[in-house]
Amino acid sequence: MSKRKIIATTSLAGCFGCHMSFLDIDERILDLIQLVEFNKSPIDDIKKFSKHCDIGLIEGGVCNSDNVEVLKEFRKHCDILVSFGECAIMGGLPALRNNIPIQECIEEAYLYGPSVEEANEKGILPNDIEIPMLLDKVYPCHEVVKIDYFLPGCPPRADLIWDILYALITGEEVELPYEVIKYD
Amino acid sequence: MPKKITIEPVTRVEGHGKVTIHLDDERNVVQSRLHIVEFRGFERFIQGRPYWEAPVLVQRLCGICPVSHHLAAAKAMDVIVGAGTGEGLTPAGEKMRRLMHYGQIFQSHVLHFFHLASPDLLFGIDADPMVRNIIGVAMEHKELAVQGVMMRKFGQEIIEVTAGKKIHGTGAIPGGINKNLTPEERDRFLNGADPLNAGKMIEWAEEAIDFFTSYHAKNKEFIDNFAAFPSAHLSLVREDGAMDLYHGVLRAVDANGKVILHDVDYQDYLDYIAEEVRSWTYMKFPYLKEYGKQTGWYRVGPLARLNTCDFIPTPRAQKAFEKFRAYTNGKPNNMSMHMHWARLIEVLHAGEMIKQLLEDPDLQSEDLVVKGERQPEGVGVIEAPRGTLFHHYRVSEQDQITMANLIVSTTNNNEPMNRAVEDVAKKYLTGQEEIKEGMLNAVEVAIRAYDPCLSCATHALGKMPLKITLLDSNGKVLDKKIKS
Repeated sequence: MSKRKIIATTSLAGCFGCHMSFLDIDERILDLIQLVEFNKSPIDDIKKFSKHCDIGLIEGGVCNSDNVEVLKEFRKHCDILVSFGECAIMGGLPALRNNIPIQECIEEAYLYGPSVEEANEKGILPNDIEIPMLLDKVYPCHEVVKIDYFLPGCPPRADLIWDILYALITGEEVELPYEVIKYD
Repeated sequence: MPKKITIEPVTRVEGHGKVTIHLDDERNVVQSRLHIVEFRGFERFIQGRPYWEAPVLVQRLCGICPVSHHLAAAKAMDVIVGAGTGEGLTPAGEKMRRLMHYGQIFQSHVLHFFHLASPDLLFGIDADPMVRNIIGVAMEHKELAVQGVMMRKFGQEIIEVTAGKKIHGTGAIPGGINKNLTPEERDRFLNGADPLNAGKMIEWAEEAIDFFTSYHAKNKEFIDNFAAFPSAHLSLVREDGAMDLYHGVLRAVDANGKVILHDVDYQDYLDYIAEEVRSWTYMKFPYLKEYGKQTGWYRVGPLARLNTCDFIPTPRAQKAFEKFRAYTNGKPNNMSMHMHWARLIEVLHAGEMIKQLLEDPDLQSEDLVVKGERQPEGVGVIEAPRGTLFHHYRVSEQDQITMANLIVSTTNNNEPMNRAVEDVAKKYLTGQEEIKEGMLNAVEVAIRAYDPCLSCATHALGKMPLKITLLDSNGKVLDKKIKS
């Protein structure tokens, strides 16, 4: 193999479970770092892309204005984008809010919950300029940018993540028998 | 000219967050804030779902410690199905859950110390950010990295055999558990080839404490003074005052060790705790009602737990605890960086608990679930890796959830983390003309000590990168640093 592939990762409206499942490749992570170089990722301190990347792994769907910006940035800086996990693929659990007006969700959390209803007599809601705008719904990533591959699972199993990454890094074809694809 | 600094995203923590620091003309810090920028709306969208879904749904707040939410929700649902709390479950039901929980404490603490925090200690907080990460650790301190990876794997595999999956499992159900532990599973963890057995894990946990204490001996000034400030501390303790991470009563002590919340039943948590809302963050600010919004805040997590409990009920961790307590002459320890020390003592305790539980024949019992008289309301509280976690539900006669209230561990630490940010920002940024990356990482090191899980804090899935913006006194953005 010629040069080491460069990988970036991010979690949008996700729970980090996909990143955790990535770490569940366990000791293979030591092999992986011989094969690839990491760029922007929550596991390191590279906060802005410093290089063009070969592979971008996206966990989580798109629920606010920041998520949109970050996802577009990933599309711009990565050759291959992978939606990994249910939230990136179809919004996942956070998309349960899609049938409910967002105002109702906010009011329940900050006005009517039993530990705030008396404590928040002024009816304060988070609305500062420093916090991003919520979108009306939680969107799957491929409705915002083009996505090249989809890895299902909540989270995708570590072995599947390893096999797919290895295939993308080396260019070898991957076998996907029925049993490895779990949709829970 | 006045300035605003933004650190975004905060990295090597779990979840989405950013920091803003405002400086005036003389470069004095006039305001600093840790903002949680994600919102999910769990409390609302869970309404209408059947109650038995809660342990499986709500854990998807957070993929780092899903077991905590899984178990806190299950404990609340134990109350709903009339199984009660504490002694209510069958021995197998309670002990399988405990094994799952200690497996998770083990893996989560290890992840935080080895994968996320150790680069700051090994390379220094102002080291090159390209090296200052777990990959740098793996390249230059391979043995330590391998220990971290294998210890996390051990904890994750304990979770897998108790919950069915490493992440987002289904083991705990209202009133008990859906599987026991087979003798083969047990033997694998007790007698597995090195390093994947309980004995080796305990040995490594002790080595990790030694690693920290020798680092501490060489860096006393930094570890003792960085982001140190007095506060109250809150956690569950067992009824006899022992550390217990799965079940107990609520206790809080003030900065001097005086008990200010006296071992109360957590079903009544609303009598003691309320939350303040502030407009600049999605994360609420809990406080003890008796002391009010200004002074009623407290810390939770490993440091708080070692300050509230009277002893640790496993021998090796108890020895480590005695040393920890002696360092502050038996008084509460208020030093943020000692959180790492406390966390590693808990890793050792979790390792000892796992071994003890594995040797218990109750885990092979077939008696897994109890049910009693159906109740309309239940509260489940657990000591998650990051601190006290509250789940509270009301359920209709049609078995649908009508109300959900969650106070997650990281939310309990909201005020303390903001204080830590302020303390470090003042020390590192006051009077500085040029903002260097290392100064900003110092702010993140303070946040990182609390091992915040901003995924949890957003009440659903999120991640916390950190960004600092420098604003002038009119709020104009002067400089942004997204640590690059």
